[in-house]
Amino acid sequence: MEATHVHGAEHAHEHHPSGIMRWITTTNHKDIGTLYLWFSLIMFFTGGVMALVIRAELFQPGLQVTEPEFYNQLVTMHGLVMVFGAIMPAFVGFANWQIPLMIGAPDMAFARMNNWSFWLLPPAALLLIGSFFVPGGATAAGWTLYAPLSVQMGVGMDMAIFAVHIMGISSIMGAINIITTVLNMRAPGMTLMKMPLFCWTWLITAYLLIAVMPVLAGAVTMILTDRHFGTHFFNAAYGGDPIIYQHVFWFFGHPEVYIMILPAFGIVSQVIPTFARKPLFGYASMVYATASIAILSFIVWAHHMFVTGMPVAGQLYFMYATMLIAVPTGVKVFNWVATMFKGSMTFETPMLWATGFIFVFTMGGFTGLMLAIAPLDIQLQETYYVVAHFHYVLVAGSLFALFAGTYYWLPKWTGHMYDEKLGKWHFWLSMISFNVAFFPQHFLGLAGMPRRMPDYALQFANFNEVSTIGAMVFGFSQLILLWVVLKAIRGGEKAPAKVWEGAEGLEWTVPSPAPHHTFEEPPVVK
Amino acid sequence: MSGKREANLRLLQKLGIVAVAMFGFGFALVPFYEQICRVTGINNLLNPDEEVVNTQVDTGRQVTIEFDANVHDLPWRFKPTRNSVTVHPGEVVNITYEVSNTRDRPVAGQAVPSYGPQEAGQYFRKLDCFCFTRQTLNAGETREMPVVFVVDPRLPKDVNTITLSYTFFEVAGATAQEQAAPGREGKS
Repeated sequence: MEATHVHGAEHAHEHHPSGIMRWITTTNHKDIGTLYLWFSLIMFFTGGVMALVIRAELFQPGLQVTEPEFYNQLVTMHGLVMVFGAIMPAFVGFANWQIPLMIGAPDMAFARMNNWSFWLLPPAALLLIGSFFVPGGATAAGWTLYAPLSVQMGVGMDMAIFAVHIMGISSIMGAINIITTVLNMRAPGMTLMKMPLFCWTWLITAYLLIAVMPVLAGAVTMILTDRHFGTHFFNAAYGGDPIIYQHVFWFFGHPEVYIMILPAFGIVSQVIPTFARKPLFGYASMVYATASIAILSFIVWAHHMFVTGMPVAGQLYFMYATMLIAVPTGVKVFNWVATMFKGSMTFETPMLWATGFIFVFTMGGFTGLMLAIAPLDIQLQETYYVVAHFHYVLVAGSLFALFAGTYYWLPKWTGHMYDEKLGKWHFWLSMISFNVAFFPQHFLGLAGMPRRMPDYALQFANFNEVSTIGAMVFGFSQLILLWVVLKAIRGGEKAPAKVWEGAEGLEWTVPSPAPHHTFEEPPVVK
Repeated sequence: MSGKREANLRLLQKLGIVAVAMFGFGFALVPFYEQICRVTGINNLLNPDEEVVNTQVDTGRQVTIEFDANVHDLPWRFKPTRNSVTVHPGEVVNITYEVSNTRDRPVAGQAVPSYGPQEAGQYFRKLDCFCFTRQTLNAGETREMPVVFVVDPRLPKDVNTITLSYTFFEVAGATAQEQAAPGREGKS
């Protein structure tokens, strides 16, 4: 059908430029999805190199590899690059590729805006990475850019602020596009409650993005005007208050962590039913759980601020509200396990990543519950326990789900099966080395090792050594992913339209690789 | 198809307005938090500390402070620039001592204070004092050294005179040590 596609009047403007111009001018959701995914992979390796330098410095006590100032820049940029450059664009890439295919739409609702959303990202990334080379270096205020430190830094801070602005605009445009696509572009018969869960989680995530990315833009704009235009939002000497920055930032920051995990829940909810060969258990409850996580995320922000001198009533409220989030999250984990229960399971690479995700993400969730307890958090704030916690939910959560999705849909994208043996190596090496790297950090945090320090007391040496070895293996294992992807692009076993025996959904009705134009005639969903 | 395009644009407009409104909301959070803090009294950053009460000057009272200086086995000349001052309790007072090294090599010394009457010591608050650190004087060097202090207004009523006495002791070998290690290295 697609091969004999006739260029109608509405496609007369398409010249199909070749080479680099094809990618710069493209408005095709699959091309843009591919661009997003490559961009995030490049940023993932960039942020990964920074992480390995950090871990090399922490291999032994004392200063061996970096100066303390540069170490702080690395810690800050690792966070910014991974959050805004790797994880978020990767999920937008998945949304671009999969949402139109899953709901039977020919493309995203605003194809040209989609092109803009992507092409804003490389300049933002250049600003961010380029700030290492300006006088004073990159911002070293931590990825949260807390005032008053962020008000005092050099020109690298301004570059980071503009990069955050640009990436924020890109995210908002992407989110508007996704909401419009999901609400208006569904194939006839594809009701909201028949949509694949990945589309649901992204719809809710997109609403979160529109609600909170502008608040972050506002927060960094306030820093910018405090720095250059004589305002005093955060300057206590002039009646401002640095704590207000934390409130505004975390009003963005807490929904942001769900922005990074909800689409991951969506991917896992696609992968597990496929390899358990059973429909997803409790579809409706999954939708409601996602929505309630999103709503709760707006009313718990100050659990990041227990040590700012909050009154006890405030601490109690934020503590209980935070713990409430464990309920819908628990519903999700229960549903995944129930989906697997008595299923005819096989463990191809996507399923390994998805089940691995459930294990390690749940561990991260439990440490999150512990950190929600105000008296405990006062002890653990700014220690490696927090670092361990958010790497368990961000790396083992978001990233592992991204890997699951990559292996799951790679045959659909490239038309070739990936190398199963390499995929399994990638999984087992990553899974083991991830835990070797991050599990000891719980102990370090409980023993009181502070975050964001290039040096540490001698009694922390052994666990840091183990952690660095794990991190190095984890870092280099990711090259296997690159190898697998390149290998699948260049060739391999031809993938059928329905790549996985147990897979359900419209994306498996189009051939592999998915043709440039799909669902020009909307499919009818019964 | 064109109907769908219009519906898309309408939604784009609505969502765009939400995004812009949320940008404004971020700024509105600042006065909003300030009001909340004012109403509930959470933000006590601007409230004066209790300490201020203690530093109020009790002008209804005068105390004489006498200064005394001694050296213990040290080739130093050591004396206060004034022998006594009369102060109000709670007042910040700035006085100096003068010390000179008569030896032909650097000598390090440490001053140890004592008070008379002894119980007056706990009401004698030194904000800055040469006795806080070790002093090293080069051959023939003369130095003026400050003492900044406040007498606590809670000083018992029967104390009218306090004697502050310093004795310098030599810190043997300290100068040789400092010459060997002129500064602490940044790297370990």
